[in-house]
Amino acid sequence: MTAMIEILDAEKTFTMHLQGGVKLPVVRGVSFRVKAGECVVLSGPSGAGKSSILKMIFGNYRCDSGRIGIFHEGAQLDLAKAEPREILGVRRSTIGYVSQFLRAVPRVPTIDVVAEPLIATGTPRADARGQAGALLRCLNIPERLWMLPPSTFSGGEQQRVNIARGFISDHPILLLDEPTASLDAKNREVVVDLIDEKKRAGVAMVAIVHDDEIRRLIADRVIDVTSFAAAA
Amino acid sequence: MVETRTPAHDDQPLMVADGLGKNYGRLAACRDVCFALYPGEVLAIVGESGSGKTTLLQLLSAQLAPTSGRVSYRMRDGVLRDLNSLGEAERRFLFRTDWGYVHQDPALGLRMAVSAGANVGERLMAVGWNHYGRIRDTATSWLERVEIDTARIDDAPRTYSGGMRQRLQIARNLVTEPRLVFMDEPTGGLDVSVQARLLDLMRNLVSELGLAAIVVTHDLAVARLLSHRVMVMKGGRVIETGLTDQVLDDPHEPYTQLLVSSILPP
Repeated sequence: MTAMIEILDAEKTFTMHLQGGVKLPVVRGVSFRVKAGECVVLSGPSGAGKSSILKMIFGNYRCDSGRIGIFHEGAQLDLAKAEPREILGVRRSTIGYVSQFLRAVPRVPTIDVVAEPLIATGTPRADARGQAGALLRCLNIPERLWMLPPSTFSGGEQQRVNIARGFISDHPILLLDEPTASLDAKNREVVVDLIDEKKRAGVAMVAIVHDDEIRRLIADRVIDVTSFAAAA
Repeated sequence: MVETRTPAHDDQPLMVADGLGKNYGRLAACRDVCFALYPGEVLAIVGESGSGKTTLLQLLSAQLAPTSGRVSYRMRDGVLRDLNSLGEAERRFLFRTDWGYVHQDPALGLRMAVSAGANVGERLMAVGWNHYGRIRDTATSWLERVEIDTARIDDAPRTYSGGMRQRLQIARNLVTEPRLVFMDEPTGGLDVSVQARLLDLMRNLVSELGLAAIVVTHDLAVARLLSHRVMVMKGGRVIETGLTDQVLDDPHEPYTQLLVSSILPP
């Protein structure tokens, strides 16, 4: 079966020019594969490089060496060497990313924040809003909040808006950075169900979760990131 | 509400800069700039004052002739042409219809003493529209799109606030459905709440119309919100370039790291 994600010997070091060129090795020798319908959870202590690996897969951090193979539109593309517009294409149709924090444009109503990824791939606005509403309802965001921008929402509400935005598309790859961190038990369950649904739909996922219970529920495989530690 | 157009999967660049440079006497204001801009793509040019951003924008928009290198633009017939080789009529065509230019100071891009409606209508008349009713209807609908109260259509922009003037300038530029818009510090000089509204508006218009844009800004937050790609300039050179979030979240060059680390947290 084709791997949706195939990482080979990827390496990342930060060079801090403002601190006299200090080199901060993050990860080295990162190699793993993720198949369709599989959820891989990255584990390891804070600072081990879990989020950095997710950002490398999303093309947000640049790799110093190695390969980030992404199965995109019928072929494997090396994201570590891709052109900016290729990476944008991958994000539009192949990789979704749910970050820990919502970074929304001011003034945009919640429903449109959630619907935007669908609209960007050509879904008519009314349909996209319909689907956004269904997801928001399922994540227990009351309808009276939908037309308000999420900037005034509580941490947990913002995170649920973020999850709705990340889960609305049919991207075959989904990256989840602490999707349940500030949620109560009821909403954590909803997220676990949403992840299950994505698995059944054949979506390949890489997640970071600190909650042992959630990890047990969603992980098909756990990868210990400390084995990629790049202590120089 | 306007439906969003599907992003263009056009594989032909709209504009190509090749070894572009401009000297003022012995001062090299801009050196060896190379890039390709694709339809629907928004490119931000960032850097501090004096880094060559504005000179570059003027070179790209054919307002200044380069000392070296060239800028090519894909005309509506699909042919990539060197801007320097264009005749006066072709150049005028670009300025009137295919390009927009949003100045930092709206007074430079608007006629301050004639009505808002005429400011928008003038660009339409320049491309041959002559039916008063249609021109007025189109102008009205554009004022609505940029969130200007249509009751103000007969007022001159000198009676408008700074934010309204900037939105009117955008309407005037976009009414002819250009394929490429140049913007020089479009939110400079506006207060923060007005900036946020303008950014949101520009972001939506750019994606709805599938516009390509080149935005000069010293404000990295503007670059993050509006652009897909960013070029960082220093001393007339492009020192770092890439996907906007890549360059801002993982800057490699010392100067870019300085710029990014100088942002005050909100």
